[in-house]
Amino acid sequence: MLKGNEAIAHAAIRCGCDGYFGYPITPQSEIMETLMDLKPWESTGMVVLQAESEVASINMVFGGAATGKKVMTSSSSPGVSLMQEGISFACGADLPCLTVNVMRGGPGLGTIQPSQADYFQSVKGGGHGDYKLIVLAPNSVQEMADFVDLGFTLSFKYRVPALILSDGVIGQMMEKVILPPFKPRFTAKEIAEQTPWAAYGKPASRSQNVITSLELDPAKMEKKNIERQERLRIVEATEVRYDEYKCEDADYLIIAFGSAARISQKAVEILREEGIKVGLLRPITLWPFPTKVIAKYAEKVKSMLTVELNAGQMVEDVRLSVNGKVPVFHYGRMGGIVPNPEEIVDALKKQI
Amino acid sequence: MSNSIINPQNLVYQKSSLILDNTMHYCPGCSHSTVHRIVAEVIEEMNMQEKTIGVAPVGCAVFIYNYIDVDFSESAHGRAPALATAIKRLNPDHLVFTYQGDGDLAAIGTGETIHACNRGENIAIIFINNGIYGMTGGQMAPTTLVGMKSSTCPNGRDVELNGYPLNITPLLAQLEGTCYVTRQSVHTANNVKKTKKAIRKAFENSMANKGTSVVEVVSTCNSGWKMTPVQANTWMEENMFPAYPLGDLKDK
Repeated sequence: MLKGNEAIAHAAIRCGCDGYFGYPITPQSEIMETLMDLKPWESTGMVVLQAESEVASINMVFGGAATGKKVMTSSSSPGVSLMQEGISFACGADLPCLTVNVMRGGPGLGTIQPSQADYFQSVKGGGHGDYKLIVLAPNSVQEMADFVDLGFTLSFKYRVPALILSDGVIGQMMEKVILPPFKPRFTAKEIAEQTPWAAYGKPASRSQNVITSLELDPAKMEKKNIERQERLRIVEATEVRYDEYKCEDADYLIIAFGSAARISQKAVEILREEGIKVGLLRPITLWPFPTKVIAKYAEKVKSMLTVELNAGQMVEDVRLSVNGKVPVFHYGRMGGIVPNPEEIVDALKKQI
Repeated sequence: MSNSIINPQNLVYQKSSLILDNTMHYCPGCSHSTVHRIVAEVIEEMNMQEKTIGVAPVGCAVFIYNYIDVDFSESAHGRAPALATAIKRLNPDHLVFTYQGDGDLAAIGTGETIHACNRGENIAIIFINNGIYGMTGGQMAPTTLVGMKSSTCPNGRDVELNGYPLNITPLLAQLEGTCYVTRQSVHTANNVKKTKKAIRKAFENSMANKGTSVVEVVSTCNSGWKMTPVQANTWMEENMFPAYPLGDLKDK
């Protein structure tokens, strides 16, 4: 039995993470506290460092990633805003790395209660420039544990920074979890082989490696961006993940992620008991978004309802996916308020 | 550059093999080219070229990696000490240094600078202080002197409006985490020698895990200052040195 935040810490050590750099912020400070408690520097040699700010944290991640290491940070909404410069730079330098956002209510200092209002920031880009993050949305403590290794694996495979987009509910709740097995940290040889582009110290056998996002020649810069976009298209084509619950014969579809999906699942059961054929589609990758499967359901269902802890963010991507074929409604709570299943049941009934 | 035609006993000087053959973009008279050359020589003399990772700044020296043949990472403006912190902790047997201007180190990066020094990270920070922002066209820096003109204080730095020049180096010397803090210059041959000794000491300190070394090089920016290189050297001696006196502030 672990808290979601604790599971992240255990999973980080087990997946062979080289370094965690972070700053305390509610509701995710347990991630760093658990790491400090577990003392992985004594067992795996993992570096765990409390930085002086989120700005410093994300730049420590950049530095570590630049040398081919498996590094990560975590924060919550206001702290993740501080990290946007670093995230943009990491995308511009095509560095593999992992950030965890345990969302809280905003904007601004907001509240310490849960929210899903950083969807736009995560998926459309809170940093400057043309980039995408691979965004994973866990809805359980098990997924918090599983997505650390998954995030790193995808990030290294495509050289695209990954983000675990969680919220205060999942970070704080306790559930049974099976932790992943231990994986060793990269050796120097492995780093040279699997990240030959990294700045790990130039041996005589190759020319210098420079990790940079800067390119002053516009023609070359456009080529870099085109190549990056092509890589992102491959991710979109191959790495979409989602979960379908009672969707096969559904007349109505609820689309939700994270804790909103857990609550919506209960709402689906209540509605089914009343004879209303509702299904739940739960995106697991928010980017790449499960556009195709939603478009497929747009041919079959009468309408869709997104349930989000925000003013209406993912609903825009659902509308893009259905492309006008069916009505798409949104039900949201803000300010850290978490809806109960009955509210969702009522919201869906309104659109019948 | 081949030295096969020169007998070793006749060789007076050759450029370090770590200086890449790219034409430097720096203005004639700029201190950067001299300091780059010193850094390259020290790395080569320490035989650390395969285990050095440099962190570049934002500023004229953003392209330092075009001139020194070791692995480099760029850094966002001011963040170099944070990158270097992680790089060194994750690669403890490597030589890790940052190379930063006055805006990088003492304006936007003040927090990262102070905290890396406070933690005593085993890195060397090379701080090029010329009291102006060269790359962006000559704006005021935190180290711009009172009365000194720049594009954002065209009537001269005014204490009421802009505060005093930030003398950050003594602050860093006060932190327990720093082991060596010194101010040097490269405007005469003798000072070039001293700066090279200082950078060598800074690099050796970091490999001996003694903490953070800061080598400030009080420098000229004849373009930003709107002077000839020779005038700039003189102006530096007469104005910058009294505000930023040369010498060791700390040497543990």
